Amino acid sequence: MSLLKIEALSKKYGRVPILRNIGFSLEKGEVLSIIGSSGSGKTTLLRCINFLELADSGKISVGSELIYDGEDKRFRTETQIRKNRLHFGLVFQSFNLFPQYNAIENVMLAPKLLKAGKEKDIEEFAASLLEKVGLSGKEKNYPCQLSGGQQQRVAIARALALSPDILCFDEPTSALDPELTGEVLEVIRDLKNKDRTMIIVTHEMNFARNISDKVIFMSDGQIEEEGQPDEIFVRPKSEKTAHFLQIISEK
Amino acid sequence: MGQFTEVTLSLLNGFLTTVELFALTLIFSLPLGLLLTFGSKSKFKPLSLTVRFFIWIIRGTPLMLQILVVFFAPGILFGNPIFAGNRFLAALITFVINYACYFSEIYRGGIESISVGQYEAGLVLGLDKRQIFAKIILMQVVKRILPPMSNEIITLVKDTSLVRVIAVAEIIRAAEKFAAKGLIWPLFYTGAFYLAFSGLLTILFGKLEKKLDYYRI
Repeated sequence: MSLLKIEALSKKYGRVPILRNIGFSLEKGEVLSIIGSSGSGKTTLLRCINFLELADSGKISVGSELIYDGEDKRFRTETQIRKNRLHFGLVFQSFNLFPQYNAIENVMLAPKLLKAGKEKDIEEFAASLLEKVGLSGKEKNYPCQLSGGQQQRVAIARALALSPDILCFDEPTSALDPELTGEVLEVIRDLKNKDRTMIIVTHEMNFARNISDKVIFMSDGQIEEEGQPDEIFVRPKSEKTAHFLQIISEK
Repeated sequence: MGQFTEVTLSLLNGFLTTVELFALTLIFSLPLGLLLTFGSKSKFKPLSLTVRFFIWIIRGTPLMLQILVVFFAPGILFGNPIFAGNRFLAALITFVINYACYFSEIYRGGIESISVGQYEAGLVLGLDKRQIFAKIILMQVVKRILPPMSNEIITLVKDTSLVRVIAVAEIIRAAEKFAAKGLIWPLFYTGAFYLAFSGLLTILFGKLEKKLDYYRI
């Protein structure tokens, strides 16, 4: 059974359709990359999956459990939505670390507030997460004392603090200086080796090609093409996909 | 007792009332302002419109006029001059309402200046609105509004002198008693008290800002 199943997800802003009939599934341990030009709906899709936006229609299931049905009001209650969010972790393009907390406090905040365990266990786990992203020794540093790449790695550790089933990335390297993208991509690669299920919206084509089990190319709010990395990057079936990849490669 | 000592003691006595009005106004208006902020940001339109209308009235009219209205209105409208025996209370109520409105606008600006990403980061971690406000947003707002708040609070020190229109015995009023007897300099001398007090506040706020220097928004 798939870990994540999205069925016929649609979303409009006013009368403008942003997502149209999106459907895909993801197995445990798989990495999915979503590519496409700006405005194609990639980020909105990710936000719908993380319940920062609610899709107008369509279904989302995690494992055997239906957690969202756009046409059923019962899935729109605040408690249900908050519960749903815990299945997912999200790493933002702009990090969004909490500036008044140091690195380890950023990681520990949610588990502490949600009483996810004993304080000591939470702290140990947080420290181990920071170690995993290569930031041992930076626990007490505040975000303003960290480089962009380090901040994004803290954000990854924070997103893992509640052990989500699926970790999502919204263009995790787009706000970084080119020389800092490597360290973040390295951490994501490492997570793949540990069988993390991940969805990555990215403009890093080489990275997407190397790390993904599955790639989705989005255009005009629809899935234009879906397949294994080589199918998409080497032998795209759709003309739109080929055109997009060509423009990107010329840059 | 020399004249200078006599004037100083008399002014100090008046200044005590000034400081009392200042402190009590802060104690009540700081939290009331936050309530008004939540009201003005409410999604329930009748509430937010009412609060915004109220803030417009208070910010759009002179504080001195408001003091007079609060003091005289109960007597004129209802034939019941409830504040006749307690002028200070009338002054305090006016100040609390007036400053709560100003503070609420500063709070609102501060809250709206925090990036949506901070809320969203809290949401995806499964936190509820209350936790997000208390644990994530509030401290950032505090840091951001400290400079305008210190400005407003120093203005409050000086605004207290307005209550002399309803004859509350604050420091200016104390000095005017000497002026009535032909002694003008105590009136100018009051400036020293205001300066000392606002100087103290400036130092205090400076320290507070420094204390929050460890993070950047």
